[in-house]
Amino acid sequence: MTDATTPSAPGITPVSGKGSLLVQDARTRKRNAAEARFKAYGIAAITVGMLMLLILVFNILTRGVGAFQQTFVTLEVQLLEEKLDKKGNRNIEDLKKVSTFGYAPLLRGAFETEIARMGIETDLKPKAMAGLLSAGAPAQLRNLVLSDPDVIGTVQQFEFLASSRVDGYLKGRVSRDSIANDKNISAEQLDLVDHLVTAGAIKKRFNLDFITGADSSDARPEAAGMGVSMLGSFFMMLVVLVLALPIGVAASIYLEEFAPKNWLTDIIEVNISNLAAVPSIVFGILGLAVFINYMHLPTSAPLVGGLVLTLMTLPTIIISTRASLKAVPPSIRDAALGVGASKMQSVFHHVLPLAAPGILTGTIIGLAQALGETAPLLLIGMVGFIASNPPDSIASGLLDPNSAMPAQIYEWAKRADPAFYERAWGGIIILLLFLITMNTIAVILRRRFERRW
Amino acid sequence: MNDMRILERDVETNAIKIAAKGVQVFYGDTHAIKDVDVDIQDKTVTAFIGPSGCGKSTFLRCINRMNDTIDVARVQGDIRIDGEDIYDRKVDPVQLRAKVGMVFQKPNPFPKSIYDNVAYGPRIHGLARNKSELDDIVERALRNAAIWNEVKDRLNAPGTGLSGGQQQRLCIARAVATEPEVLLMDEPCSALDPIATAQVEELIDELRQNYSVVIVTHSMQQAARVSQKTAFFHLGSLVEYGETGQIFTNPEDPRTESYITGRIG
Amino acid sequence: MALGLTGYVVFAVLLLTVGVFFMARGKARSSVGGDVRVLHSLPSYYGYNAAMFTAVPALGVMLIWMLAQPMMIENAVFKLIPDRIIEEGSSRGLVMSDVRRVAEGLDVAVAQGALTSDEAASIRSDSTDIRSLLGEVGVALGSTVDSEVLFAAQEYRNQSAGGLFWMSVIVMGLAIVGGSISISVTRAEFRARNVVERGALVLLILAASLAILTTVGIVLSMLFESINFFRLHSWTDFFFGSSWAPNFRGDSDLSILPLLWGTLYISLIALLVAVPIGLFAAIYLSEYASPKVRAAAKPLLEILAGIPTIVYGLFALLTVGPALVRIFGRGDDGLLGVEWMSGATAVLTAGLVMGIMLIPFVSSLSDDIINAVPQSLRDGSFGLGATHSETIRQVVLPAALPGIVGAVLLAASRAIGETMIVVLGAGAIAKFSLNPLEAMTTITTRIVSQLTGDTDFASPETLVAFALGLTLFVLTLGLNVLALYIVRKYREQYE
Repeated sequence: MTDATTPSAPGITPVSGKGSLLVQDARTRKRNAAEARFKAYGIAAITVGMLMLLILVFNILTRGVGAFQQTFVTLEVQLLEEKLDKKGNRNIEDLKKVSTFGYAPLLRGAFETEIARMGIETDLKPKAMAGLLSAGAPAQLRNLVLSDPDVIGTVQQFEFLASSRVDGYLKGRVSRDSIANDKNISAEQLDLVDHLVTAGAIKKRFNLDFITGADSSDARPEAAGMGVSMLGSFFMMLVVLVLALPIGVAASIYLEEFAPKNWLTDIIEVNISNLAAVPSIVFGILGLAVFINYMHLPTSAPLVGGLVLTLMTLPTIIISTRASLKAVPPSIRDAALGVGASKMQSVFHHVLPLAAPGILTGTIIGLAQALGETAPLLLIGMVGFIASNPPDSIASGLLDPNSAMPAQIYEWAKRADPAFYERAWGGIIILLLFLITMNTIAVILRRRFERRW
Repeated sequence: MNDMRILERDVETNAIKIAAKGVQVFYGDTHAIKDVDVDIQDKTVTAFIGPSGCGKSTFLRCINRMNDTIDVARVQGDIRIDGEDIYDRKVDPVQLRAKVGMVFQKPNPFPKSIYDNVAYGPRIHGLARNKSELDDIVERALRNAAIWNEVKDRLNAPGTGLSGGQQQRLCIARAVATEPEVLLMDEPCSALDPIATAQVEELIDELRQNYSVVIVTHSMQQAARVSQKTAFFHLGSLVEYGETGQIFTNPEDPRTESYITGRIG
Repeated sequence: MALGLTGYVVFAVLLLTVGVFFMARGKARSSVGGDVRVLHSLPSYYGYNAAMFTAVPALGVMLIWMLAQPMMIENAVFKLIPDRIIEEGSSRGLVMSDVRRVAEGLDVAVAQGALTSDEAASIRSDSTDIRSLLGEVGVALGSTVDSEVLFAAQEYRNQSAGGLFWMSVIVMGLAIVGGSISISVTRAEFRARNVVERGALVLLILAASLAILTTVGIVLSMLFESINFFRLHSWTDFFFGSSWAPNFRGDSDLSILPLLWGTLYISLIALLVAVPIGLFAAIYLSEYASPKVRAAAKPLLEILAGIPTIVYGLFALLTVGPALVRIFGRGDDGLLGVEWMSGATAVLTAGLVMGIMLIPFVSSLSDDIINAVPQSLRDGSFGLGATHSETIRQVVLPAALPGIVGAVLLAASRAIGETMIVVLGAGAIAKFSLNPLEAMTTITTRIVSQLTGDTDFASPETLVAFALGLTLFVLTLGLNVLALYIVRKYREQYE
């Protein structure tokens, strides 16, 4: 041992057996290289994580933004009386007898005149020209006529949705190569589209209907919107908020403030932490078996979705509420008890108000989690149909079949037409905007009201 | 007192191991160490005493550059070991710390076996060529730390299973296993009971034969018992430095006297 | 209609509760001539007390009744089904589900006006074609309706309506009785606050018990249907068979093993992605990163955990899958010029995307755990001249190992139970294969596919989903309990 050191005169060259500190020995160099490598792994891991986030966000934005724009065709349509109202008496019952098929010829005629007026030469038949429009165009005409019979006989300017192929062509999704085997559109039609774009009759613009509108059938991706499913999500969140917040807070108050330390409380606590980690689909199975098969609540109803999501969100809310109750110092409780308040009064009058911001933050985060959850909704039937009618009352909002935002996105992702993919990505943008808003509110609440005792 | 006179004679023969000049330490905006000059001798136990927060531990951590691990800490001035500036840009703290071992306030054995605790330093510094050499190093270190007899039959038991005093001696064994030249001890007995403290103090006295030992302590009795030189720190400054006997019996500075008589700190 | 009556009853009870609250509070005030100091409790406590006795027993009985009634009625109707109409290969349960379906059909028919309620109660299958009648209102039946089944269905409706009526009567009665008793006991010396607080405590306990109730509900609902499944299908095939081939004409192979293989394979790939990246990210953030970098990078990483799984599912199906096909597929047009991958859905697709999802999960759990390792251990190692990475690898990580194992187990449980990514990204073919570029299917995917669309709760092909769900539940529960136990033990060690 002693050979390591020998006495030396002060301030003179080192005599240590280990050599000078100013010279790095080979082993230290090797160890420092290992150190640098290790640190680089860490940086690489962070970078990979960030890169993934970046790719994901970039991917969502580039693919989804298109859904907020839609291609429209502006046409002047002559609403011929002899086609729409043969009797000429504007009787609404008689007008209703003319189906959308009766309106289709008007569109063809309108196209023919329009193209002649613009001086575009094409070999296309009028029917093929009208194929540029969405299949919903005749219904759009009919709705206007039924709501205002006086327009019959006049010439009106309409803005029709273009068919999804035309829309895809303008957005670069559809090209002349890709439509080789497509029965819905031909190269000649695309030529016509080019002419109409130059002439200004076909335009791409912001499409509010995507945000507020209803889902549409497989054949009309251009008309599909998120609005109704957004309402479905809204009603589900309403149920979750009304049930999960009071129940969650009550359960937390009991466990944190009143529960004696015994085996029953232990079981409840272990239970809650386990429930928080149970796969969400299991809650879907529970909902299907209990709420639908056993209690016969209506399938696809936001009420059932809300109940399932309530059970799923409860553990999250309980865990965060307990944390904020725990953060209130015991001195507050003692102070209240000291002036003669009962235990219950001290909790409800003093502890709970002080813990409220934390509880609210936890609840918002729980709601955000529930808003994005999809799997349980598949099992209680909130997919696989067209959520077409917005609910007209609270009861119908809760009980009528509806979809929800994530379920609607799933529904679109499953459809065959790639035009729906764009809408699915667009739907994701809307969903994420909601989640970002909710989380931002939670962060602001936490920042503003966070108390350090 | 008799003992102390003998010790004083020892002191005079020893060379200077660590030379500090104009050392300043800042923690963020706090000026923690103010212009400290001190020369620490080889094969001597030097005690740093002073009230809590006086900067004695901070200064100790400058000697093996442990302050580098704290982001906000900044060290200025000049500290030389064997004439080499340890804050020179060419100095690798890793090599420095192999030369300047450290024992901490709370025993902190790694959650490994006793053997692996002691073998940790030699392994990372590559001090052993093979298993039997390593075994020798471990045994020597444990013997030096006066704990060999207590643990030789359970070298594979976890180090955290030992008693507090044993843990601290294990940590000292761990520190001497890397064959350092200086041993820094930051209040090594503050978490120990009196019996364990006595054992560790005895050990410190033995260690003096091979190392330059610097010990921070809040106990004046301990400083008097184990050290030959004592430095008194107050509010970040070095107030007085000298022979232990002199500091305790005949301090020059009134502040030192107040502290020793229990009026401050 | 059924819900309509229930709704009115709830509304009436609530209205009564509010009324009783004000009456009791007023009575308490007037009983002491307005001098509230004489009262034992504050006046509103008398109101709360009355409200509690009005609403809680009534609504409680209502809830229990609604839960119990379907079971009682089913038992009663069950006995009406004679043995002879139970066909070969069928069971009483199967016939019972027919009965329910017919009863629901009759409800729909009445609601849509295709039948009057009297007609629905009295029609006979020999005089009317029930199947086509219900078909017209949108309720499809698999076969013609036996007269016994129709009779049982009518009895089912009859008893349901009767039960509902009696429930309303009893609930309203309870509310009125509870309200009037509590008003009558309202006197100055009545200890209203103590009673209210005791009642409130009971409510708090009930809320806390809901967690247990949920677990019990999960287990029971899956257990009963699983038992039904094992009556129809051999359990040896389910647990030890080798193929998954549901066939709606019957005689299906329904073995969990190929699904389990797909699930574990995808989870393994996900963990191979998430654990190294997440762990190194956690090490960097907790050991190396400056406070500024940490404050920026940690929330950014955690965004990945907040993104809904449907987004990852879409990402797998439409972005990662096609990208992988471009690399490993398409023959000479592909990047590698090979033809190993034919479709976008594959084990690798789902595994990679799931791995990305799990990165923040692993990293934030490990970050917490690494931070829990005491600084004194790091100091000890630095003091011996160890470099930072040596300290991390030889001191910090071994000390944190149990906690990290717990975190990985939790991540594994997440991966096994994850649904949307595999539904969209993994494919639908059940097989044992080692090739990660092939499509495979998982337990969760099959649960979704067996339980969506037209389901028949009497066929093993549908019921198998419950057995799968139960297995999934047991599997993830086991992992969670183990992981939480390890993490808790770990935390205690350093507290």
